[in-house]
Amino acid sequence: MRVFTAAFAIAAGLIVLMGFFYPAQLESLRLILVDWTILIAGMAILIGIYNLIAVQMEKVRKRQKSGMYGAVLVVSLIITFGLGLILGPQSRYMLLTIDAIIVPVEASLMAILAVTLIYASIRLLRRRVDVTSVLFLIIAVVFLILIMPTPFGPIPGDRAMVDLLGMFSHGGARGLLIGIALGTMLTGLRVLFGIDRPYGGN
Amino acid sequence: MFAFGLLVLTAIVFLALTFWRRRSPGALRIIDAYERLNRSVGLAVENGTRLHISLGRGNLFTARGGSALAGLAMLRRLAERTSVSDRPPVVTSGDASLAILSQDTLQAGYRAAGAEEQYRFSTGRLTGLTPFSYAAGAISAIHDENVSANIILGDLGTEAALLAEASDRENTNLIAASDNLSAQSVFYASSQEPLIGEELFAAGAYVGAGASHEASLNVQDILRWLIILAILLGAGLKLVGAPI
Repeated sequence: MRVFTAAFAIAAGLIVLMGFFYPAQLESLRLILVDWTILIAGMAILIGIYNLIAVQMEKVRKRQKSGMYGAVLVVSLIITFGLGLILGPQSRYMLLTIDAIIVPVEASLMAILAVTLIYASIRLLRRRVDVTSVLFLIIAVVFLILIMPTPFGPIPGDRAMVDLLGMFSHGGARGLLIGIALGTMLTGLRVLFGIDRPYGGN
Repeated sequence: MFAFGLLVLTAIVFLALTFWRRRSPGALRIIDAYERLNRSVGLAVENGTRLHISLGRGNLFTARGGSALAGLAMLRRLAERTSVSDRPPVVTSGDASLAILSQDTLQAGYRAAGAEEQYRFSTGRLTGLTPFSYAAGAISAIHDENVSANIILGDLGTEAALLAEASDRENTNLIAASDNLSAQSVFYASSQEPLIGEELFAAGAYVGAGASHEASLNVQDILRWLIILAILLGAGLKLVGAPI
């Protein structure tokens, strides 16, 4: 069975990859495989949600520290899922649930995130005092000053300064992205050759 | 056609180097974060504490899946190494397919170590499907599961700051890398030894995942040099006014 899953996965991966280079010959087959993938991904979400419920219920059963939150999560999930099935995702009540609960909670986390980022920047020099950390902090502060609105209008020369700093940061970002693209390509090749098999075990 | 040729050439060089590395393993340069990771694994087994491994929310059906696959390769090796521990690692992710694969990888790791009975499906968890719900669920694992080290490896956004902060509050080791530039800058500010850029993809080689992972690093180095030469050549040609 493991050999079959590996052979199927490698063949599917190769067909999808080759489909990009030889669209005339393989496009239709590639699209069929992509459609199957979308279906499986949809099922995976349901299995993932079952996993989420099972883990939270285990917390409740074992009376773990955050068991109470787990119970709230499961009850909310069942109510929302039930309402969604009965009323439909576009119903007024469903939209109200999103606007009144999910959006404010995520916005609150975003606010906490802003504070957390400021706190992390302040503590950066306590963790590491080296040239790159100091440069990182100075450039971040200068960027923030240059792009923030002031009561006196734009800071003179702000655009030129942003462009100058941007030249270095964009260059660095491209370098990082090239490295990541190379890493992604090699990781993909390992999976295509069946050397790394996160499916079915090896 | 150029891209296809480059891909085939890369594949041939990769396979050749993999066979070569099987015969003569190479020496890797020291990366402090991975040194700390290897120490943390040993300490967790000795202390009876857990590792928390977070694989991010990289969807495997997009280009972001590469970092998730790199994380899974590392997870496989860590599962084998911690199979003797009383407390198995907890793996969290923000993508359903990734969560299923993390369970499968954990099980395969235990099976390879001859300790399949150690596997619990609840150790591979989907914590949420949106960035913040994923972070909220992973934070709960950091606080409640007697974790001694947090290994965050994968595709995350700025919500990574919340995970780093939670790790700091619990006074646990943090080894973190991402393919996302925002998350990289967050980790740069909040971890002791940051991992930058493609160092994320070196995780497998540094936890002893095998010759293919070392060969991958060699191929990346070769390609990086080719790209540097191409950029310099292109800039030089442009400078002299050649049509490119």
